[in-house]
Amino acid sequence: MNQRKILEEKLFKFLSGFAAYSLIAILAFIIVIIFLKGFNSLSWEMIFKTPKGGYYYGGEGGVLNAIIGSLYIALGATFIAILIGMPAALYINVHLIRQKRTQNTIRYFLDALWGIPSIVYGAFGFTLMLYLGMNASLLAGIITVALLITPIVVRTFDEVLNTIPIGLHEAGLALGSTKAETGFKILFKQGFPGFITSVLLAFGRGIGDAASVLFTAGYTDLIPVNLDEPAATLPLAIFFQLGSPIPEVRERAFAAAAILTIIILIISLGARIISKRYSKSNIK
Amino acid sequence: MVTALVIILLLPLFIGVGLYLKASPLFEHQSLLNLITTTEWLPHEGKFGFWPFIASSLYVTLLAFLFSAPVCLLAAIYLTEFSSNRLIRIMHPVIDILAGLPSVIYGVWGILVIVPFVSDLLVPAVNTKSSGYTIMAGGIVLAVMCIPYILNMIIEVFRTVPVGLKEASLSLGATSWESVKHVVVRKSYPGIISAFGLGIAKAFGETIAVMMVVGNMVQAKFNPFEAGYPLPALIANNYGEMLSIPMYDSALMFAALLLLVIILIINLIFRYFIYKTRAR
Repeated sequence: MNQRKILEEKLFKFLSGFAAYSLIAILAFIIVIIFLKGFNSLSWEMIFKTPKGGYYYGGEGGVLNAIIGSLYIALGATFIAILIGMPAALYINVHLIRQKRTQNTIRYFLDALWGIPSIVYGAFGFTLMLYLGMNASLLAGIITVALLITPIVVRTFDEVLNTIPIGLHEAGLALGSTKAETGFKILFKQGFPGFITSVLLAFGRGIGDAASVLFTAGYTDLIPVNLDEPAATLPLAIFFQLGSPIPEVRERAFAAAAILTIIILIISLGARIISKRYSKSNIK
Repeated sequence: MVTALVIILLLPLFIGVGLYLKASPLFEHQSLLNLITTTEWLPHEGKFGFWPFIASSLYVTLLAFLFSAPVCLLAAIYLTEFSSNRLIRIMHPVIDILAGLPSVIYGVWGILVIVPFVSDLLVPAVNTKSSGYTIMAGGIVLAVMCIPYILNMIIEVFRTVPVGLKEASLSLGATSWESVKHVVVRKSYPGIISAFGLGIAKAFGETIAVMMVVGNMVQAKFNPFEAGYPLPALIANNYGEMLSIPMYDSALMFAALLLLVIILIINLIFRYFIYKTRAR
């Protein structure tokens, strides 16, 4: 081999290795910066108190309103997304199992749907809200976020169901179960780890998305009690309070950023652990 | 079960129709071409020229693509061809978490790190003045956000290349980099292009993170160290006042419709290529 070849080989191995390791560095960099800034201002008061004197100008209090609002919206939206998404994913894998073409076309459209940016969902949610005569409220936020995350639930759950061997499916049918029973009792059980992962993924996306709730959920210093009241959310708490001229309020934004990052980290790692634990009991 | 599926599949249609109905009053005053190509943005006088916003969006997206594409390609090559199993096990959660971090977190990071980096290091290097809230900062933050998304797809594409092909190349005396260059990359060429295309579509629609660092000033200047005002930021910034000025809400919904159509078309085209590579 000549010298140039070896040099090229070494250079590109180094470059590509550098690119791969730099991703770990970037992630560490982001998390360290957010935590350093956030832990400075993070305290029990921050987590368990609502802001005093207005979220934009009042320096005291915490971000409890945003934490609760975010949890309400993400939980509600995830619930709706499961109601619509789970049967849809099962339908693709039970009723359409013999029609590979239809299956793939549906997957193709779902993937494209996944690519629609959340601001478009937000704008659509807003037009829907005007059309129905609703105000910016918890309910409008939940519906908009549900629209955003349903394709995610369907597509990720479907990806797991797709790997289940067809023999299991046929065994169920051969024992006399209906298609619905095969779907809900056999495939759902076998795909349960995937189901949990998809739900957690959707929940994480729902709790972190700002653009879709910007129009629809409104913002308030209070904790919402009814579905027709506006609700604060963590991403918007970060976004709005970071623009405030008062340093204490900006501190609150950094604390909220740290809280949101912790929630996302827990969800992401939790999804891994849970899916590993449950897949032990699966029929291989 | 089938109703659930039908509802989901009809969703883009609903969104499109809903936005179009809201945006349609705008078309009575200005033609579509006129809306997209003029640069005058004076909502109070009913003049809506979208070109500055479209230009900003394109510019930020282009920068993000230029920064992220080489990193993604190289990292994907390393992870599929050269790396140890241990690194792959570590990288899976790393990529997942990067992809899962909310865009507002990237925005905070951008304000804390990238904006000072641009204003203190890059701007003096080219002898201009700028606050750091620039198209350049938007491009860098967006690039970081796109990396996990593009990287995942390229890795998936590389996995579809048959091992036999690479082994044949190695057995003919090629070095492993040569087999990557001439066999793996060439074989997955359409897939790589599609992954880049989908990354561009994602970058084009990204809202909060970009809007936090890009400066938000209406101007169509082609200098990365000037502030920009991408389309999604336009929608997100003005929702509060849009009901008080006539036609303003139509204009914003038109912006959303524009985003939807552009991104849906890019997605449909490149997803098609991805499905082709997978089916083979």
